[in-house]
Amino acid sequence: MQNLLVDYLPLVLFIGLSAVIGLALMIAPFVVAHQNPDPEKLSAYECGFNAFDDARMKFDVRFYLVAILFIIFDLEVAFLFPWAVALKDVGAFGFWSMMVFLGVLTIGFVYEWRKGALEWD
Amino acid sequence: MVDITPNAPKKKTNWMPMILGGLALVMLAAVAWVAVVVLKYLWVETTWFIPALIVVIKSLALLVALLVIIAFFLLADRKIWAAVQLRRGPNVVGPFGLLQSFADLLKFVLKEPVIPATSDKVLFLLAPLLTCILALAAWAVVPVAEGWAIADINVGVLYVFAISSLGVYGVIIGGWASNSKYPFLGALRSAAQMVSYEVSIGFVIITVLMVVGSLNLTDIVLAQKNSGIAHMLGVPWFTMLNWFFIPLFPMFVIFFISALAETNRPPFDLPEAESELVAGFMSEYGSTPYLLFMLGEYVAIMTMCALTTILFLGGWTPPLSIPPFTWVPGVVWFVGKVGFVFFMFAMVKAMVPRYRYDQLMRLGWKVFLPLSLAAVVIVAGVLQLTGWYR
Repeated sequence: MQNLLVDYLPLVLFIGLSAVIGLALMIAPFVVAHQNPDPEKLSAYECGFNAFDDARMKFDVRFYLVAILFIIFDLEVAFLFPWAVALKDVGAFGFWSMMVFLGVLTIGFVYEWRKGALEWD
Repeated sequence: MVDITPNAPKKKTNWMPMILGGLALVMLAAVAWVAVVVLKYLWVETTWFIPALIVVIKSLALLVALLVIIAFFLLADRKIWAAVQLRRGPNVVGPFGLLQSFADLLKFVLKEPVIPATSDKVLFLLAPLLTCILALAAWAVVPVAEGWAIADINVGVLYVFAISSLGVYGVIIGGWASNSKYPFLGALRSAAQMVSYEVSIGFVIITVLMVVGSLNLTDIVLAQKNSGIAHMLGVPWFTMLNWFFIPLFPMFVIFFISALAETNRPPFDLPEAESELVAGFMSEYGSTPYLLFMLGEYVAIMTMCALTTILFLGGWTPPLSIPPFTWVPGVVWFVGKVGFVFFMFAMVKAMVPRYRYDQLMRLGWKVFLPLSLAAVVIVAGVLQLTGWYR
């Protein structure tokens, strides 16, 4: 517990300090700068038109697909981290089991590719 | 003749400010007294206060140094860009425009902050703050010289990876909260781009980890100092050959290009492709909220430069471990190498035309992902067969 604290308390303090710097910068213009808002200034930017409608609109489903694919591969990376660090110790069995895992994922990747999930045109 | 000048209003002593001022002074004295008592108690009675204070001072020193260096790197970026295009670049504020970034900071602070009427006001302000804080937070574990990390934790790489992944939240929250079409589309694009390249960055980091066998950033640098090609060839003073950019050269290239894409740098600056999307997710921002986005972006670039330096260019170690080079302190080598990588970033910005979005996604998913995945298998296989562990 003591060691954990010694290791991670500096981290918390550092993030706290960067938060203070960020907040100070964020608040500064609200304190010092001249403020004179009017409806035109506060409306959403749309190349000089008034905004036609709300911006919460439908968007291309491929962004969603990219997010899902990202989750798969990022999880894979997360799985690989402990294995990569302990590669020296896991031996042949550890090595080959991870190769099988990567093989299965590669099959999934090839499937995505063939299905056209990676196409953007 | 009649005097037509109106009577001057009667001078009446206004007591209110004086009373308030007096009260404020008393309050201030009370607060100062309480602070002194509390500080004295903490200093004398507790064991954790002094170490914590030292950490705060170190953190503050690192943050200030980082921000000042970024101010000059930003100027260097603009100067290099200008030089490539045969312009002069900023040259008015201070000698050679050296104070330009500080003038910019002052100007941002004095600008009117505009919060669009239709936006989600809390999220709108939270997004730049988040971007800036997360970008800065990654520097807590970066060892700028031997033992010079604020928190030398044993999962350093994982921490940097996690924190830089969180950076995408700032972008997507900002684009969503603006409630305007350009920021919305820009945020979607930017988020998709950042997550795409993060995967290959992850795989590249894995290859380095396999060679080193540790997640600690200091260990990664020491591994490049104490073993490697130079030691195999019997010239241990030739430290440069030890650095991972030689045995893992393809990974180095993939990492560098992915870092460009991850930080939305040109030629991958599609979220803010000004000919298409005005300024991407930052369109509605002005004043310091915009500054925080910009600062977060440059801090993230610096983090990526530092990570490249640590993973592939031997961190703070000198290129040759012989006297004239070993006399120079490690931090100078570190900043020098970060500067070198940043110079490459700046040159790429100046020389390479912008990618099209489908090409960008193709490069990320169909080129870098298979390549880095194959690299993981190959490096693991080579290590397993030859036993070239550290």
